Amino acid sequence: MNINFRTMRLGAAATILALGSTLAYVAVHAAPRPKVIKISAKRFDYTPGNLTLKKGQPVVFELASRDVMMGFNVPDLKVRGDMIPGKVTRVQVIPDKTGTFTFFCDIFCGTGHEEMHGSITVVD
Amino acid sequence: MATRIARRDFLKLAGLGSVGVVLASALPGVVRAHDDDDFFFLQLSDTHWGFEGAPNPDARGTLPKTIRSINSLGQRPDFIVFTGDLTHTTDNPVERRKRLSEFKSMVSELDVKTIRFMPGEHDASLDNGKAFQEFFGATHYTFDHKGVHFIVLDNVSDPRAQIGDQQLAWLAADLKHQRADAPIVVFTHRPLFDLVPQWDWATRDGAKAIELLMPYKNVTVFYGHIHQEHHHMTGHIAHHAAKGLMFPLPAPGSQPNRAPLPWDPAAPYKGLGFRGVEADLDEARYAITEFPVVKA
Repeated sequence: MNINFRTMRLGAAATILALGSTLAYVAVHAAPRPKVIKISAKRFDYTPGNLTLKKGQPVVFELASRDVMMGFNVPDLKVRGDMIPGKVTRVQVIPDKTGTFTFFCDIFCGTGHEEMHGSITVVD
Repeated sequence: MATRIARRDFLKLAGLGSVGVVLASALPGVVRAHDDDDFFFLQLSDTHWGFEGAPNPDARGTLPKTIRSINSLGQRPDFIVFTGDLTHTTDNPVERRKRLSEFKSMVSELDVKTIRFMPGEHDASLDNGKAFQEFFGATHYTFDHKGVHFIVLDNVSDPRAQIGDQQLAWLAADLKHQRADAPIVVFTHRPLFDLVPQWDWATRDGAKAIELLMPYKNVTVFYGHIHQEHHHMTGHIAHHAAKGLMFPLPAPGSQPNRAPLPWDPAAPYKGLGFRGVEADLDEARYAITEFPVVKA
């Protein structure tokens, strides 16, 4: 009897472990993979300057500057990052609403700083 | 001894009669026994000396006209404060100093003993305030005048539009010396609150400054940056933005991106002007009067 109980306990534990692994596998693979978008800046432009994203689709922005320190700020999507020459900054966001939103440079970078902006359109 | 200037008299002395917008900023709890403590000052902002463009075809004439208008006032203000963007930005450090020098020379024509300065991002953000300091000294400081404690906060020398932990610690240390009911006036360039973050009309760590000021009952903030009159409350703290003296900007958030409003040939200098502030401590309030560049 003891052996049978032990066997049953081991079997139950193995089943739980297997189920857990399966659920974890499903959870990992069910989440949408982030879309990677490179944005580069030079005084006083972003490339690209206009983007279209899908609501709920995770996005990783890879930010880099080709000349001086700049910023990338999208207040409506609550995401910002520094754009540092020679370095890539990664910031992630999941757009949670549709609409067209401005992004702009929030680190004063020179005479054209105030005109340095772009737009992100989020669609269903 | 100071002369008491009632608001009505102030307007009369200014030669503007009923022209101009008057707004009272409450200073609850401040009661003074003598009128001698009352005073008034002028706030000028965003002169953008060096700007050239269609939004102001009289770019080199607007500041001289403003100076003449101020010098023709019937009563001298106790002081004048310039709340930043004295000059328009340039990538050339030599040109930046030339503009600052010309500006300093021009405002020396003001018939007022005391003039206070602070930088805007156009003056200071490309060199962390170095050139500004060569001409005008410290970018953040305090002074006291007739019982009011004035604090000048610099939220532009850091190009990231923030005050910074070091200056915030300095502010906290300064405030510790003030009574909870002390009348405190803050001068700064950018709004300390999030007016329109999408237009960069904010200070990244402005909320920390407001948090430090919040325990004090009588705090009023005067700022510039947005080139128009604007009034806002964060709790009991009033924030008053001043008009600029080069070109007006659109109402907050009224269009996707900010851009100078076009010059109106039928109404030159429309949207530009300077501000008089009368500290009427007997009545526990500041009276704000908006003046045009030139009399109509």
